[in-house]
Amino acid sequence: MDLLSNLALGFSVALSPYTLMLSVIGCFLGTIIGALPGLGPSNGVAILIPITFTMGFDATQALVLLTSVYYGAMYGGRISSILLNIPGDEPALMTTLDGYPMAKQGKAGDALVISGVASFVGAFIATIFLMLLAPYIARLAYKFGPAEYFALYLLAFSTLGGIASNNQAKAAMASLIGLGIATIGQGASGTSRFTFGNLHLLDGIDFLVAIVGLFAISEVFVFIESHGKSSSIGVKLDKVTIPFRLLGQTFGTMIRGSLIGFVAGILPGAGASLGSFMAYMAEKSWVGSKGNFGKGDPRGVAAPEAGNNAAAGGALVPMLTLGVPGSGTTAVLLALLMTLNITPGPTLFTDRPEVVWGLIATLLIANFVLLAMNVPMVKVFVKILMVPPAILLPGVTMISFVGIYSLTGSYFDLLLMIGFGVLGWIFRKMDIPTVPVILGILLGSNMENALRRAMTLSDGDPSYLFSSPIAVVLWILAVVGFVAPIFMRRVIRKPQAITD
Amino acid sequence: MTGDRIFGAVMILLALGYILSASTIQVPLFPDPMGPKAFPYLIAGGVIVASLVMILRPDPEAEWPVMRTLAALVFAAVVMVAYAYAIKPLGFLVPTAIAAGILSYQLSPRPLAAALSGIGLSVGLFVLFRYALGLGLVPLPKGWLG
Repeated sequence: MDLLSNLALGFSVALSPYTLMLSVIGCFLGTIIGALPGLGPSNGVAILIPITFTMGFDATQALVLLTSVYYGAMYGGRISSILLNIPGDEPALMTTLDGYPMAKQGKAGDALVISGVASFVGAFIATIFLMLLAPYIARLAYKFGPAEYFALYLLAFSTLGGIASNNQAKAAMASLIGLGIATIGQGASGTSRFTFGNLHLLDGIDFLVAIVGLFAISEVFVFIESHGKSSSIGVKLDKVTIPFRLLGQTFGTMIRGSLIGFVAGILPGAGASLGSFMAYMAEKSWVGSKGNFGKGDPRGVAAPEAGNNAAAGGALVPMLTLGVPGSGTTAVLLALLMTLNITPGPTLFTDRPEVVWGLIATLLIANFVLLAMNVPMVKVFVKILMVPPAILLPGVTMISFVGIYSLTGSYFDLLLMIGFGVLGWIFRKMDIPTVPVILGILLGSNMENALRRAMTLSDGDPSYLFSSPIAVVLWILAVVGFVAPIFMRRVIRKPQAITD
Repeated sequence: MTGDRIFGAVMILLALGYILSASTIQVPLFPDPMGPKAFPYLIAGGVIVASLVMILRPDPEAEWPVMRTLAALVFAAVVMVAYAYAIKPLGFLVPTAIAAGILSYQLSPRPLAAALSGIGLSVGLFVLFRYALGLGLVPLPKGWLG
């Protein structure tokens, strides 16, 4: 009955009026962020972190606000997928395949309701599994020593790389660049490295600066480059009614999509895009030739939306229990925790139960709030969606500047942020993924310290890294995770590649 | 193709510079078995391997923008840099209105609409940040309007 007392603690945190209000605000902002093309969950959360931090929220409040945004963005992404045929964020890409055809047939309302309910089912199932599974993984993680952690970090980089790019060399390059950036500044060994006498670099490069630059500022460059192209004509949304019959028919799809999505989300580095992709493909082959996929089959809307929302919940499992994020957005959330001096990992569950369980209770509540916002109130967001990019993108830029400026107060960090923005644009042009860079900056010093402790314990013997069964399994998974995509490219292709 | 090769070559040079810089790191008096240099060396080694793969097996060339778009991008970056320098001495309102207006004009070239978005964003964000979120922004340089 541990679970019940933990949940009671969680709800006592989450149901305080102030926290509840933050959650509702987060859900609302998140849905908008998800719905607006060009603002995804990771850059949306990224530009909000500095502001959250300057406003002096405590750990639980900040986490509640931003995970509500995170869940909300997963809901919101579908709105522009269905109405504009532009995914509001990457995980919502699969929803365009059947959502937009449905909208063209005058069934935009049905598509929005089904996808909204599917999002709810996916997120709800994932939150329940997160609640049941996370404490066990946290307990397992207590057995992890430095050798196991080093292998685990390697696994995160290798699986993330396998999915984030079509080219393993580029994925590895991105991770290594991030790790290299993490070595700048005064390290654990007390020596200062790569500072070149620059005082600004003594503290290292703030990962928030890198995140906002790579995610938000580079998005502005991408938009300037492609201006005009993204302004397609939307579909009109008439009355929204609840299609009970269709909901009943697609319920099985939602459950299947949720289970697949959750598993995809737990894999370190895989994330929500893979969840929606796998859920859609599995449903398509499950239904077989009877389906009408790609031409407006309601199951083609239910499956990916259940899948991506479930994956979003699943991705929180490795982030909270092991400190290894499962996706770009959870990497950003990890950055938030680290800024607040909270170390995710097994000790989080024993030392700060109010943070973990408050978060889980919030996710449960946020899910109901989001269902209410995204089904009866969906028209509000459809209106907001009409904000032209010429106002939205300058707004994002200015919020990024104000956020970083009020956080650090130094123009050097602003210049660094612009530099990361330019770098992010170049990387995206060259198909070099940016998420591993972030992961490298975030995990770099932990990874080096794990290696350092392993070498100290074994007095410099590298074979210590393979000395336990858990470590060996993690090494094998890491190697397989890195090599397998090279051979399986045809089967597991990056979701973008199958749009046309 | 050339893009990948150039990138790989640049990264090899950077990695070599990184190794050179790592070799001058001062080792503490009583170092642990690994020391502060080993991890950077590992990273640099990995970068060189990945760079060689990019040089030897490059992807098809990315679609780089034409000169005019590239100029627009460089201009946007210059505006941002100028904004970063201006925000402290000139206060929030004026630089924000100008920078947001220019970026808005780049996305949709209608001067009046862009000017209005710039001013609207500047005032709107100032009110939001200063009064709703309580951030200590300075609206105008000292001495203006007292």
